[in-house]
Amino acid sequence: MIASTNPAMHPHTHEAVDHAEHEHVALPQHRHHFETEEQQREAGSFGMWLFLLTEIMFFGGMFFAYLLYRNWYYPAFTVASNQLNVPEGAINTVILITSGFFMALGVWAAEVRKKGLLVIMLILTTVFGLAFLGVKADEYHEKYELHHIPGASFSTAMFTNPAAFGLKEEPLAPDMAQHTEIFFFLYFAMTGMHALHMIIGIVILFWLTWRAHRGEFSSGYVAPIENFGLYWHFVDIVWLFLFPLLYLINRHPLS
Amino acid sequence: MSTSTPNLHTIVSLPDQSTAKLPKRHYINNEHGLLSWLLTGDHKRIAILYLISITFFFFIGGAFAGLIRLELLTPQSDLVAADTYNKFFTMHGIIMIFLFLVPSVPATLGNFLIPIMLGAKDLAFPKINLLSWYLYLAGGTLTLAALVLGGVDTGWTFTTPLSTHYLNTHVITAATAIFIAGFSSIFTGLNFIVTIHRMRAPGMTWFRMPLFVWSNYAASILMVLGTPVLAIAIVLVALERLVGIGVFDPAKGGDPLLFQHLFWFYSHPAVYIMILPGMGVISEVISTFSRKRVFGYTAVAFSSVAIALFGFFVWAHHMFIMGVSNYSALVFSLLTMLVAVPSAIKIFNWAFTLQKGSITFETPMLYAFGFMGLFTIGGLTGVFLGSLGMDIHLTETYFIVAHFHFVMVGGMLMAFLAGIHFWWPKMTGRMYPESLSKLAAVVTFIGFNLTFLPQFILGYLGMPRRYAAYPPEFQVLNVLSTAGATVLGVGYMLPLLYLGWSLKYGAIAGDNPWQATGLEWQIQSPPLTENFIEVPIVDYEAYDYEWLEKKQREQVTTVG
Ligand code: HEM
Ligand SMILES: [Cu+2]
Repeated sequence: MIASTNPAMHPHTHEAVDHAEHEHVALPQHRHHFETEEQQREAGSFGMWLFLLTEIMFFGGMFFAYLLYRNWYYPAFTVASNQLNVPEGAINTVILITSGFFMALGVWAAEVRKKGLLVIMLILTTVFGLAFLGVKADEYHEKYELHHIPGASFSTAMFTNPAAFGLKEEPLAPDMAQHTEIFFFLYFAMTGMHALHMIIGIVILFWLTWRAHRGEFSSGYVAPIENFGLYWHFVDIVWLFLFPLLYLINRHPLS
Repeated sequence: MSTSTPNLHTIVSLPDQSTAKLPKRHYINNEHGLLSWLLTGDHKRIAILYLISITFFFFIGGAFAGLIRLELLTPQSDLVAADTYNKFFTMHGIIMIFLFLVPSVPATLGNFLIPIMLGAKDLAFPKINLLSWYLYLAGGTLTLAALVLGGVDTGWTFTTPLSTHYLNTHVITAATAIFIAGFSSIFTGLNFIVTIHRMRAPGMTWFRMPLFVWSNYAASILMVLGTPVLAIAIVLVALERLVGIGVFDPAKGGDPLLFQHLFWFYSHPAVYIMILPGMGVISEVISTFSRKRVFGYTAVAFSSVAIALFGFFVWAHHMFIMGVSNYSALVFSLLTMLVAVPSAIKIFNWAFTLQKGSITFETPMLYAFGFMGLFTIGGLTGVFLGSLGMDIHLTETYFIVAHFHFVMVGGMLMAFLAGIHFWWPKMTGRMYPESLSKLAAVVTFIGFNLTFLPQFILGYLGMPRRYAAYPPEFQVLNVLSTAGATVLGVGYMLPLLYLGWSLKYGAIAGDNPWQATGLEWQIQSPPLTENFIEVPIVDYEAYDYEWLEKKQREQVTTVG
């Protein structure tokens, strides 16, 4: 409208628009409200980064709570942390990094338009993601057997009387031992939220794999793969913070 | 058209509307049927869907306000029992804040206007935009469910340990509702930010954007960064209730204050989510009806962003009496004073814009004046409250209630109404009836002051908030307040009626009934689904009335 009623417009900007329109071969995935595919792609990844920023704030609230309580109830947090299964946590860290590695290869495969490779990479990413969840489930089960799941069945016996469980920990006074429940709550809240993100990610992976198999990402339209890659790496990184924070920094040599 | 000398303020007479015609094709009649609305990706249609839904919730929330005022007519708690009263003010607060004020301007006017103001065809993510609306609806439905099942009585702040240990009402349902509605505003904010960064038309530089876009941009930052923290706080409350893990439970070594920190980390910024978009409306309205560029455009634009940033560092002023340390109370008190500065900058700049402008008093302008007066009072009393000594006397009294109603109802709601009237011709293609709507604006203003001025006095005299009964000596002021609320209710019913009427019988508006400069006024009303026939190229600054006049002279010569 403006352009047509206003002769004083800048000719070069107008040209730029025309130019951009002719430059690209229109892809079927191009949405009409974007002027160019470039714009669509940039908007997509910018949106994804913003979304991850909200995720950081979301996890941030829990990290804040964790650090606060760790400061207050340091003895309870250290002994409770010693009950986490470090080998399994470490294995899971490796599994997750591997999964992230395959995801990165997947993004590359999509960019160079190798359909078969992309499908394989997505499947491998999924398999390792599922492996992570499997190990996590095993850990949760162990917590259940030890009565470390917060709630009615929670028991502090192991912390008030470690000798009876064959542990070489210093026993905690009962009121300090109570605070282990907060540790385990935060442990479940944080790893649970993380696992939920993994589950959502895996569902999306199934969908992406199917679309990749149909060849939707073989003609230069790779934004969904790239954006999902960002999400998957973000979930990895959250774990890279959770693992040391929950499992490692509180550990102490047993007397 | 009046001729003007350059560098003087141009007086543009409003165009003759008798010849205006409705365009044949526009976004409303482009497709038909309910499904074409429920599955739409068009930001304008989604804005209308939002408008209908938030109006619905506004009147439900309003009904609760009516019940509260009715109970407070007499000193005894005779209309309802105390715990029912608790449910009333809780439902009132939750609905008004999360289901009305937070989405009010951004989700309706913002959705409708931001893409057009930038020269874009739509928001960056139309499907996510529609998803936001469904999330909002899901949150709203759950809130209604909590209401029908028996209500909640925690107060809108869900204060722990009250909310986690002492109540057996539907806290979890309401908490889930807010959690879901929260994601709706996260997605709206995200969509706006991406659109503003990536979808501006050629020539639409950052400093050519209308101030409405700037203020929504700032509010979007708050939505994206603050809402997730609220979400996690609410999840923790729900978990605490479900399994009793103790994060907020002192008996287990948890700390109820942690909830306060998390909640107000969101909710103070949230008050700016509720006011910034309104400030944007006021900038547009004041500039248009004084036919002048907003004084200190850059300062106003940056003050929005400053508010958004400072807003994150003052949350603890809601917790002065809750046992934060003296030092942190002092720091937060000072920071709170600081956050008032950018708001004051805006007020001064609007005043300078008005000065020597060619002011006319259409309805949106009346509401804008209402906003400026009431928001100033509300903001100044906020500074009172921000100073430690005062706050300890006034906190949890009706003074607080008056303060936040001045900023939220006197401020944001007035701004919302100003905006709805201002852009009504653009959204619907028809004018609202001018004299009736002026009457409504005046009634609203009188009713508002009658309702809330007495509450300042009540609070100062020491009447606590959130009780169904009060000492008899407070009755006169309470009766005044209830009478005012009745007038206010009439003031809000009127627009509902005459705006509905105008959909069919209003005068045809034409493209630019206010002779405003924004891109949205250079296209047909109601707009086409794709907004622009071709990509606009922007070669003029925001609020350039001389550009507009020149453009129109050229049009006249080409047509005539
Ligand atoms: C202009 C600067 C402002 C300042 C300095 C300010 C200051 C304050 C302070 C210190 C309190 C806490 C009082 C107490 O609980 O003891 C408060 C409460 C409140 N303010 Fe403001 N405020 C400002 C603007 C706003 C705005 C713009 C809004 C909303 C649009 C708002 C909404 C509220 C609400 C809802 C409460 C009460 C929360 C509750 O306890 O239910 N304020 N304000
Ligand atoms: Cu505040």
